[in-house]
Amino acid sequence: MFTTPATSSFTEFLGLAAPDLLPGRRPLPPGSADIAPHATTIIAIVAAEGVVMAGDRRATMGNLIASRDIEKVHPADEYSLIGIAGTAGIGIEMIRLFQVELEHYEKIEGAVLSLDGKANRLASLIRNNLGAALQGLAVVPLFAGYDLDAVDPSKAGRIFSFDVAGGVYEETGFDGIGSGSLFAKSALKKRYRPGLSVDEAVTLAVEALYDAADDDTATGGPDLTRRIYPVVTTASAAGTHRLTDAEAAAVAEAVVARRMENPGG
Amino acid sequence: MAMQFYASPEQIMRDRSEYARKGIARGRSVVVLTYGGGVLFVAENPSANPSTALRKVGEIYDRIGFAAVGRYNEFESLRAAGVRLADLRGYSYDRRDVTGRALANAYAQTLGAIFTDSSKPYEVEICVAQVGAAPDQDELYRLTYDGSVQVEPGVVTMGGQAEAISGGLRQRHRPDVGLEEALRLAVQALGSVGGEGGAPRTLTADQLEVAVLDRTRRGRAFRRITGAALTALLEAAAETAAAEAPAEAPADQAAAEEPSTGAAADAVPEATTPDAAPESSPTTPEESSADGEA
Repeated sequence: MFTTPATSSFTEFLGLAAPDLLPGRRPLPPGSADIAPHATTIIAIVAAEGVVMAGDRRATMGNLIASRDIEKVHPADEYSLIGIAGTAGIGIEMIRLFQVELEHYEKIEGAVLSLDGKANRLASLIRNNLGAALQGLAVVPLFAGYDLDAVDPSKAGRIFSFDVAGGVYEETGFDGIGSGSLFAKSALKKRYRPGLSVDEAVTLAVEALYDAADDDTATGGPDLTRRIYPVVTTASAAGTHRLTDAEAAAVAEAVVARRMENPGG
Repeated sequence: MAMQFYASPEQIMRDRSEYARKGIARGRSVVVLTYGGGVLFVAENPSANPSTALRKVGEIYDRIGFAAVGRYNEFESLRAAGVRLADLRGYSYDRRDVTGRALANAYAQTLGAIFTDSSKPYEVEICVAQVGAAPDQDELYRLTYDGSVQVEPGVVTMGGQAEAISGGLRQRHRPDVGLEEALRLAVQALGSVGGEGGAPRTLTADQLEVAVLDRTRRGRAFRRITGAALTALLEAAAETAAAEAPAEAPADQAAAEEPSTGAAADAVPEATTPDAAPESSPTTPEESSADGEA
């Protein structure tokens, strides 16, 4: 089975070797129920040197907080980032599958997929989950990365959004997904301008998440008492980087301090 | 219908072994060795140009690398199978649950089954290397065409003239050498055979495929060294060799004489003489070729 010539896609190999491990292939009982935690707001912002993606740390189940410190934003490979909103369990599984998918292709082919190729691959994973999505287990990712093939390095940071049916759309400037994205995007609409540095984009991302948490119960703000801060990641020519707890704490504390004086930001 | 003659199983296996060995002996060699910073793979590969490379060395998983000699289509399918096995296991359990030992076992089963069952054995020899936290925790497995596995401490040489290459290399290799020194030893060993009239050859960057499993890197440890980085490393290795050559010669002799207190007392002087000759000679051609380029 392992030696039969096959594609360089890990997902297609899983479909042959162990179809039960694919998130979209499971038979589901009829009916829909709110049975699993939901992950919420993720935003991404294009910066001059690359792209920034940030997510809050809350997962909810109905009116309860299921998790205060869930991590919903991860590097997908060395130059791209993925975040998920929707059913947390399936979303985390999909991130893992997507990470292996990209690494698998890279190892088998000896070449890295193009950024558009990665986005299309992710779209097909989402498409396979459509049956589960219709029964209430929907997942929507946000994908962003540094495009190594870009002619103009200042336009190398790119963002892709998706719908549950597997549609893939490239966004300009910034985008957000999840229940708080309405408020986060409104904040970004007023404050985003092209050519931000990565540091400015990081601050802007934390500000936008603060605004989302301000108005959306399913989004968590910076938790200063427990020292839980948003996950902030960047992708640039140097690769992906996740801000350390100390770095994220410094940005979040500065944002909160400014809001002490001006609650509306 | 043609008449079938009786052939004993021993004869069939002997024929197959000979067939596989002949196929392997046609290829150029590969050296895998541990050094202070990880595991080094050096393959003599005339098609090492990165854009057209038919690679002999590859990444399997976080801490595991793969090297092979023989027929390209056969070892390439084995490499891809290893990547599939490792990725499937890592995805369904955890990344830490993918081990070189399990992979070597799977390869042994596959190669053994092909050797006995199919009409033609694979003409390949492969090495599965896993880098550990320290040089003594590195695992190097050498697998041959018939599915037999050997755990080799520190050095694996494969290919047509593996025996000739490994002799001197094993003696000089220490697990804590630096990358430059390890590369110099490997390149010197690869160049020690195949020259006209037994003279050592000088291998340049475009004839070599070099990769390391970097002990200090988190996550995926495999890294190729190509292009300008490889040329610079080869030059640095040649320079240190030239600088250390006078000081190193007695130290080398001392190191070679140490095992002579053991059983094979009379074998060692024989081994040191051919070693001492390439010790000084390959540095001079390398220098002169560098001059020629400048």
